[in-house]
Amino acid sequence: MALPRIFTEPLLGRNPVTVQILGICSSLAVTTSLETAATMAASLTVVLVLSSLAVSLIRRHLPNSIRLIVQIVIVASLVIVIDQVLQAYLFEISQRLSVFVGLITTNCLVLGRTEGFARSNPPLPSMIDALGNGLGYSAILLAVGAIRELFGQGTLMGLTVLPTAEQGGWFTPLSLMLLAPSAFFILGFAVWALRSAFPEQQEAPEHVPPEVQEARP
Amino acid sequence: MADLNPIHAWQRMLAQPNESRGKTVFVAFLTALFCTLLVSGATVLLRPVQTANRAAETQARLEALLAAIPGMSDILAASEEAQLSTVVIDLARGRAAENVTPGTLESALMDTANWTALSPEEDVAGIGNRPDYAQVFLLREGEAIRLMILPIAGAGYNGPIDAMLAVNGDMETIAGIAITAQSETPGLGARIEEPRWQESFAGTRWQDASGEMRFAVAKGPATTDYEVDGITGATRTSNAMSRIIRFWLGPQGYGPLIAAVKRGEF
Repeated sequence: MALPRIFTEPLLGRNPVTVQILGICSSLAVTTSLETAATMAASLTVVLVLSSLAVSLIRRHLPNSIRLIVQIVIVASLVIVIDQVLQAYLFEISQRLSVFVGLITTNCLVLGRTEGFARSNPPLPSMIDALGNGLGYSAILLAVGAIRELFGQGTLMGLTVLPTAEQGGWFTPLSLMLLAPSAFFILGFAVWALRSAFPEQQEAPEHVPPEVQEARP
Repeated sequence: MADLNPIHAWQRMLAQPNESRGKTVFVAFLTALFCTLLVSGATVLLRPVQTANRAAETQARLEALLAAIPGMSDILAASEEAQLSTVVIDLARGRAAENVTPGTLESALMDTANWTALSPEEDVAGIGNRPDYAQVFLLREGEAIRLMILPIAGAGYNGPIDAMLAVNGDMETIAGIAITAQSETPGLGARIEEPRWQESFAGTRWQDASGEMRFAVAKGPATTDYEVDGITGATRTSNAMSRIIRFWLGPQGYGPLIAAVKRGEF
């Protein structure tokens, strides 16, 4: 596959979140505000690119029997480093992200890309693929984060957009938007919208109910 | 003669088939070694910055708490002597700890012998074990204690809540509260961080003349001297705050210390 295509494919056509439904857990937990969503998206993208690079570099010497654990160790180490960097230089945001940066380790998206792509491709395409997937994930995360912050608190990046009734404005915040289920709803609507717009994203039904003849007396 | 050149040994190792046992162990070992260096390097290099961040955070909360209490900034500004002093308290005895200083507190609390297990009836704050020592801050005006700031902690709805509670010098009323860490539901329980809710603590009493604990977070607006306003839609967090404050101002918490200050022993 050509390099530009490797990059653009996961942005929309094979978006890891809406098409492959990977990495849902974190997209629910950290999207209460745009700022945390952006930090999480950036952290995940960095971890994904670096781990793809590392796995791709050692791909010819990776014994099959221990390949998963080696990949997980690499991902986990990078996540710890990112978490430490956030705690040192973006302390307030890292407090709000709490355990979710650490949970990037178990984000199926990362292992999915290292196992599915980086393990069998040279470093440059692997990094481009990882970047594309990271940005595809980021796009969904930012969209959900923006919707939830806007309608849940009337702000974007902490700046008031819709003046809330409490501050003398007209907007009554939807508290539901701040709870985890709302991210499910938004994500569900996004998947629905994308699959309606691009019917080729629809999956074939796994089960077809058998046609039952109406019993006649 | 055996080839001892390390570069050749390295090449020989890499040339082995991937599935051979020697190479599997070799790759596992190298990966582990590299990752160990990466992680410990980052941790060690960044630790000073992180420690400074946490200290600055606590200091900022403390200052915000002081600034929110009416008249406190005047006292601090008025005299040089009116400084916050830090004291490590022996909670059970209600007096300054003899051999633990603020510097050694952290290492003292590493030792489980310095923790007291709480029975389920005592453990209203849901902390399981209570440290025997705590670092409190005293603001004096002349000899008299004007304000005492007590760190408190307990189980909230989604996770632990850490806070600092300021008690007025009369040892009868709460002066203010600052939440230092919480993970309550955003928009509902997390509103315990809002200054508007924290303001309602000022002047609240916690026990009546007979010494019975009466403090509570009300269901709705506060109606008595012993209540603070409740948070709509966050009953569990409100109840947790009630229990945490009742615990820490009670006999298992800072009760002995407050009694000692009342008797003028400080």
